Amino acid sequence: MVAPMGVMKRVTMVFRAKANKALDRLEDPRETLDYSYQTQLELLQKVRRGVADVATSRKRLELQVNQLNQQATKLDRQARDSLAAGREDLAREALTRKAQVQTQLDGLQTQYVSLQGEEEKLTQASQRLQAKVDAFRTRKETIKATYTAAEAQTRINEAFTGISEEMSDVGMAIQRAEDKTAQMQARASAIGELMDSGALEDMVSGPRDDIQDELDRMRAGGGVDRELEQMKREIAQSAPRQIEGTSPNGASAEASAEPVIEAEPEIEQADAREPE
Amino acid sequence: MIVRILGEGQLEIPDSAVDELNELDRALEQAVEGNNEAAFGPALAALLAKLREVGSPARADDLRPSELIIPQPDATIAEVRKMLTDGGLIPG
Repeated sequence: MVAPMGVMKRVTMVFRAKANKALDRLEDPRETLDYSYQTQLELLQKVRRGVADVATSRKRLELQVNQLNQQATKLDRQARDSLAAGREDLAREALTRKAQVQTQLDGLQTQYVSLQGEEEKLTQASQRLQAKVDAFRTRKETIKATYTAAEAQTRINEAFTGISEEMSDVGMAIQRAEDKTAQMQARASAIGELMDSGALEDMVSGPRDDIQDELDRMRAGGGVDRELEQMKREIAQSAPRQIEGTSPNGASAEASAEPVIEAEPEIEQADAREPE
Repeated sequence: MIVRILGEGQLEIPDSAVDELNELDRALEQAVEGNNEAAFGPALAALLAKLREVGSPARADDLRPSELIIPQPDATIAEVRKMLTDGGLIPG
């Protein structure tokens, strides 16, 4: 049990301990100033890459959210199509799924907005770090030119601790943003998989078949029925003439040839219409 | 003195505000020590609100380390406890 000293003081001590550990590794402070500055520049590059990575992940997440929105819109359209086809059961299933997806999406969108805010903060943090690293470069020249090794120690410690604190802060912020992005991506993928697999159906008492499959089947079935009807009509129209033409009495060779030629292109047209 | 809000940078705080801040910080510490989720959020929010009210942003090129550091506004009690016990949240 730690004696009460406040959360802020204790957090500060954790940061200081880390800076001191790094400081202990430096020997003659004046000689290591340049080395320290080089390390800072490298860390600054790392931070910039980290911020850029978070931005890339955030954009990828935006695409995922957009796709999920499109899928929700598709479920809405499927519900309308189902209802128009007189299948209220299917429409209900589609709307139930849409409601579930929408709830997940709303949560995801709220998280997305907060992630955008964090990305903005990260950009600012990386700029603050840049300003501190620049200030350190100026300070180290002053220290080298002005102070003895003993005097320099205190000045260097302070500047070094200040920079270290900023580095730790921005490093933790990047880590948090990366974690949050990864969680959101997993969530987006899970929603996508739910919609793809139709696993959401298990939660409702509805038809096991996927809504789109059913609609497609109905649409395809309707198309076949229509074509069948059309073919029947065509055959009905041409049948008397065909019977006439093929009649075994062979009353008129000319009359029998014509309807057969006439009938063939009509059948071809019906074939061509099939893919509709 | 200089106070850092994690993720947001440093603030310059007048010394006259320190007692009031310490008071709010004690409430926060009690919540953390007691693992009291319900008290933690409001205590952190109250401390942050006071800091923002009395503080003004420090210059970005100021190399002075902070005298006090407060967790980020959306920190959870678990994150703060971890930060305090092993500093495990600080990378590198």
